[in-house]
Amino acid sequence: MQPSDSRKTPLTFDTIEPGSGLAAALAKSRADIIGEVSASNLKGRGGAGFPTGTKWNLAAAARVHGEAAKYVICNADEGEPGTFKDRVLLTAYADLVFEGMTIAARAIGATRGLLYLRGEYVYLRPHLEAVLDRRRKAGQLGADILGTPGFEFDIEIRMGAGAYVCGEETALIESLEGHRGEPRNRPPFPVNTGFMGQPTVVNNVETLASVTAIFAKGAAWFRGIGTEKSSGFKLFSVSGDCDAPGVYEFPLGITIAELLERVGGTGAKAVQVGGASGQAVPASQFGRRIAFEDLATGGSIIVFGPGRDMLHVAKNFMEFFVEESCGQCTPCRAGNAKLLEGIERLERGACSSAYLNELVRLCETMQVASKCGLGQSSPNAFLSIVTNFQDEILGRTPADR
Amino acid sequence: MLVSQQQKLQEEIRALVARHGRTRAALMPVLQELQEKYASITDFAMQVVADELGIHPSEVYGVVSFYAFLHHEPKGRFQIRLCQTISCDLAGKARVAKQLENELGIAFGETTPDGRFSLEWASCLGMCDQGPALLVNDRVYTRVTAEQAHRIIEECRSVFGAHATQAAHA
Repeated sequence: MQPSDSRKTPLTFDTIEPGSGLAAALAKSRADIIGEVSASNLKGRGGAGFPTGTKWNLAAAARVHGEAAKYVICNADEGEPGTFKDRVLLTAYADLVFEGMTIAARAIGATRGLLYLRGEYVYLRPHLEAVLDRRRKAGQLGADILGTPGFEFDIEIRMGAGAYVCGEETALIESLEGHRGEPRNRPPFPVNTGFMGQPTVVNNVETLASVTAIFAKGAAWFRGIGTEKSSGFKLFSVSGDCDAPGVYEFPLGITIAELLERVGGTGAKAVQVGGASGQAVPASQFGRRIAFEDLATGGSIIVFGPGRDMLHVAKNFMEFFVEESCGQCTPCRAGNAKLLEGIERLERGACSSAYLNELVRLCETMQVASKCGLGQSSPNAFLSIVTNFQDEILGRTPADR
Repeated sequence: MLVSQQQKLQEEIRALVARHGRTRAALMPVLQELQEKYASITDFAMQVVADELGIHPSEVYGVVSFYAFLHHEPKGRFQIRLCQTISCDLAGKARVAKQLENELGIAFGETTPDGRFSLEWASCLGMCDQGPALLVNDRVYTRVTAEQAHRIIEECRSVFGAHATQAAHA
């Protein structure tokens, strides 16, 4: 079958008139643009939750090296298992995303923008190019944007090529520069030393669309949604064992139980929050909130029904990480392979508690010693299943498989 | 490869480099266009790209071997990539996989002897609410059942048939 519309709730983005956010932003000074973003308390929607205003402020203050320019990069390398909200945004709200990039460019003084689109979404490219063309013709990209003297900015689409790790911002930059997608040491951070060594802001697709909404409706409006530490609404990509999988918008701070009710997933035994790099939350903890102060996520929600084998789930995630580790640092390259071996041993019912404890210690080593977020977070799924579903994984017999 | 074919490829790569710029940052777009047109990037092509960009060919090979969508070894005209990640797994990808193997007579990671189809696993395709999902080149299929495997392959043979024949003779 051909893909269908994933949207299951009305989205706030439906109510944002394209162009209104950019016009409101361009009426402000650069400092006030950043001030507005900071006042909204917007935090990165890719999952890490870094305050967007702070990131922009650092890039605005950073010095350009030589005669080149600053860059705004939209991270559209959505690869976290269970995440597809950026696909929806790029399909139905591309204007709001490009507008967010344009506002970011104004704020930090960038002249070039790049949208790094994951290779799997190449079929969206003609649509995105058409939107860019229309925006150029409407004076929303190019020289003197919307009659603002000296404000020049344009956006180019660049394709990824099937590497999950390129969602990590420094790996993404390496890829754009024509290298293997191997993450860099940080610091220096991209806000100082990014694409081509220049100050660069890398923001997630949803973050940028949210920026546009904030300028269209005001920082106070945005801050009034969600919790004190987690302002605003968030898109959730819901899949797995529920009646209506798809993209939902909820205010941050929603509990898992409330979310399950809305998506038709009540009775689940566990919910994976944050994709493969997130954690499996057991039913006893469904009162927990999805927010930066409790369960932070880029929006991936995978529901596991009562009959699901959690060891099988953990195995699928570990196979993913073994495949997607860039191989640059040892804790991640060797650690993920060792954890997968451990899971296979558990599957055979041949894992002692002592060995399981060794695996847990390996997880801790990986979290501390891996170079980037991939290896630091890949043990999460394994650890949460060992912690919460221990009775399911030890002493298995062939009948349990 | 015939000398005339080599020359043609060389000219093509030069044109690509001229369009994307003679910089290292042009490497990915150049390789992606070669991949799309030829379904693999040969040693010769990598050498020419390296010469044109002024980098060592091992640098080009390093990049080609890193990315799942760039291939050094020849692949089929139609690359079928079935998502193996969790949501498509829960939705029943295993039976789709089995039936694709049955229809094509090859295992995952292999290419049919006529060079038409390659069967590969993909990591999460971002179609998690509509799994099992697969890509045929850049075309997406969602909610695929084992029953539909045959039809998808037939669609490739017919809809893209003329194109495939041309490429095989090019």
